[in-house]
Amino acid sequence: MTQSGMKFVDEFRDPHAARVLLRELELSIDRLGATPKKPLQIMEVCGGHTHAIFRYALKDLVPPALEFVHGPGCPVCVLPMGRVDDCVAIARRSEVIFTTFGDAMRVPGSQMSLLQARAEGADVRMVYSPLDALALAEANPTREVVFFGLGFETTMPSTALTVLDAERRGIHNFSLFCNHITIVPTIKAILDSPGMGIHGFLGPGHVAMVIGTAPFEFIANEYKRPLVVAGFEPIDILHSLLMVLRQLEAGEAKIENQYARLVDPNGNRVALEAITRVFELREFFEWRGLGSIDHSGVRMRVPYARFDAEKKFAIPNVRIADPKSCQCGEVLKGAIKPFQCKVFGRACTPQTPLGALMVSSEGACAAYYQYARRAHIETAA
Amino acid sequence: MNARLKDPILTPVNSRWLGKRITLAHGAGGRAMRELITEIIAPAFDNPLLAPLEDQARIPAEFLQAGESLAFTTDSYVVSPIVFPGGDIGKLAVCGTVNDLAVGGARPRWLSCGLILEEGLPIDTLIAVLASMGAAAREAGVCIVTGDTKVVGCGAADAIFINTAGIGTIPHERHTGPRNVRAGDKLIINGTLGDHGIAVMAARNDLALQIPVHSDCAPLNGLIEVMFAAAPGLRWLRDCTRGGLATVANEFAEEGGFSLHLDEAALPVADAVRGACEILGLDPLYLANEGKLAALVAAEDCDALLAAMRAHPLGCDAAVIGEVHAERKGLVVLRSRFGGERVVDLIDGEQLPRIC
Repeated sequence: MTQSGMKFVDEFRDPHAARVLLRELELSIDRLGATPKKPLQIMEVCGGHTHAIFRYALKDLVPPALEFVHGPGCPVCVLPMGRVDDCVAIARRSEVIFTTFGDAMRVPGSQMSLLQARAEGADVRMVYSPLDALALAEANPTREVVFFGLGFETTMPSTALTVLDAERRGIHNFSLFCNHITIVPTIKAILDSPGMGIHGFLGPGHVAMVIGTAPFEFIANEYKRPLVVAGFEPIDILHSLLMVLRQLEAGEAKIENQYARLVDPNGNRVALEAITRVFELREFFEWRGLGSIDHSGVRMRVPYARFDAEKKFAIPNVRIADPKSCQCGEVLKGAIKPFQCKVFGRACTPQTPLGALMVSSEGACAAYYQYARRAHIETAA
Repeated sequence: MNARLKDPILTPVNSRWLGKRITLAHGAGGRAMRELITEIIAPAFDNPLLAPLEDQARIPAEFLQAGESLAFTTDSYVVSPIVFPGGDIGKLAVCGTVNDLAVGGARPRWLSCGLILEEGLPIDTLIAVLASMGAAAREAGVCIVTGDTKVVGCGAADAIFINTAGIGTIPHERHTGPRNVRAGDKLIINGTLGDHGIAVMAARNDLALQIPVHSDCAPLNGLIEVMFAAAPGLRWLRDCTRGGLATVANEFAEEGGFSLHLDEAALPVADAVRGACEILGLDPLYLANEGKLAALVAAEDCDALLAAMRAHPLGCDAAVIGEVHAERKGLVVLRSRFGGERVVDLIDGEQLPRIC
C-alpha cells in the first residue's frame, strides 16, 4: 500500500514524534508538581478533540497526573430536547422535506428522534451540505425544504452563504431552522461556575479558523488561564498540551496558536462577513446539560425572515427539562468522570441517551462508552 | 466515478425486449411471465438442473459424496444504487451467498434466485443484472438451478431486489468454529478494508466526491480452497460484510469466549478509502466489504497460510492483523500506532458522518 497520498496526515501521527512529546509532557508535569491524586486538568473544548483523544487512546498515554476534561464542544450533544421536538414538528408537516446532517438524526427528542419520525412517514433526508438542501428546494418547487442548521462557527459560514444564495436566486421554498451556537459564552459560563478546577484549555481549531484567536483573549486576560488553539491529529494535541504546560511552568496565561497551518489569528474575513450579514445573537439559548446561557446562540436577522423556519412555521417551542438523574453538567466542569455518573451505562447508553454527552460519538460519555466502558468493567472486575 | 452495467450479449431472442419495461403482467403467472422466464431469465443461467423449469430443482444423489454434509444459507440484496464501481446487485447476490457458504468450509454448488422487480424497471437493466449474475455464478463454479419472479407496483420496491439461497457441500475433514480456537492463534485478513462501503457511498450521488475506489465484491470460494489446502486445521472463518471487520471480530470474541487484539499499524486500508474516511469521519473498521474474510489460524500454520493466500489474486494484500488472548473475554482491543489501547465495540445503528 502506498502512503504518498496520506503523507500530510501521517506526519501528524508519527509514533516517534509522539514518544518525544510524551516524554516532554512527563518532565513538565513533574516540574509542575502535579500528581495523579491532584492532577492538572486541561479541558479540550471541541468534540473533535475528544473524538481524537479516544480514537488514538491519548488519554492512557499521557502521564496520569494530566487529566483531560471533555468540554461542551459537540453541537449535536448540547442540542436540547425541546429543539429536537421542534424539528420533528416541522418535519411531520406534509409539505416539508426536512434536511439534516447525518449525526443529528439520532438525537432524542422528548417523544422521538428524526430517525424515528422518518420511520413514521416524515420526509427527512440526510445531506452533507446546506447547498444540497438548496438544490433539493430548487428541484422540488411544490415542497418546502427546511435545513436543520446546527454547529458552531465552523458550520455557520456555509449556512449563511446558502441563505444568501437562496436570496440571490429567489428560491423561496427554502428555509433554515437555525440552531447555530457560539462557543465563547459557554467557555465563560464554565469558567464562572463554582468548583471549576480547570488549569488550561485546548482551543477549538476549526472554530478559530473562522473567528480567529482574539475572541479567546479574555480567558487569558480575565481568568488567567492559558489556551492553545489546537489541531486535530494526535501530534497536534500532544504538542498543544505541552504548550499549555510550558505556559503554566512559566506562570503565564496567553492565547497561543498551535494550528497555525490553518488558523489565521484574524480568522476568515469572508466567512465572518457572511455570518454577520445573516445572523445576530439571541438573548439566550438553551444547552442540554448546561441550561440557558446568555448570548450563546444566533438567529436570523429580520431581512432574512422569509428564510427563517421559526417564522415560516408554527413551532411548539416548548422547553423540556433535562432528566434529573443526568450529571452532564458536572462532567463538563470536570467535577466527575463520565463513568462516575449514576446513570452512565445503565439508564444512559448510546442507544437510549439521557444526557447530552451520550448522544454523539463526539460526546465524552459516548466516547467513554464506545472505547473504554468494557475496559473499565474489566478492570473493576 | 460513474458506474454502469455492462452491455449484455444480445441474442435474436432477448434483443426484441430491448427498450421495454417490466409491467405487473410479468409477475402475473400468464404468458408474459412465461416469456420473461424462458427468453430472459433462464438463458442467463443456462444449466441442466434448471433446464426442465419445474417448480423445483431435482438434485441427483450422485452429486454428493459419502461423509459430506450440507451447508444451506439465504440472503437478500437491496443495494442502492444497483450499480457501483466494481460490481452491481447481480454480482453481489451471487458472491454474497457463495461467500456465506464458503466461510463455513463448504464448496458452494447450487443457488436459487428470487427476483422482486419494480413495475417500470427497464428490461435492459434486468438483462444486464441477470448477465452479471450468470457471469458471477460461472466464476464461482455454482449453478443457479431454481427461482421465482414477482413484480410489485411502482414505488413498492426500489428497482430490483434479489434473494439468493445456496447449498454447498462440506468435506468431512473440515470443522471450523469457536471450539477450535486457542490463545495465541493469529487473525488474518485477505486484503484492504472498507472498499465496498466507500464505493457504494461514492456511487450514491449525495457525496459529490470523486473517490477512485472499486467494490471488492468477489466470490471467495476459490481462495478458501487454497487456504484449506495450505492450512487444513484452519480454526474459524467469517466474511466481513455489513458492520465490517469490527463486527466480525466482536462476534469471534463474544461467541468464542476470548479476546482479540488488533494491531492498527497492520490493518490494510487503501489510500483512497483512508482519505474518504478522514473527510467523512468514518472508521474503516466498520465499513462494509463484499470480498473480505477474517480467518483464525494456529500460529504454527500462519506463515504457510499467508504465503498461499498472497499467491492468490484475492489474497495478495493478506496480512496478519491480530491475535487471540485468553483474558478479557469478549473484548476486541485495538493497539494504536502509539501503543495506546482502545476497545473496538459493536456500532449502534449505522455509521453516520460527523458534521465537524
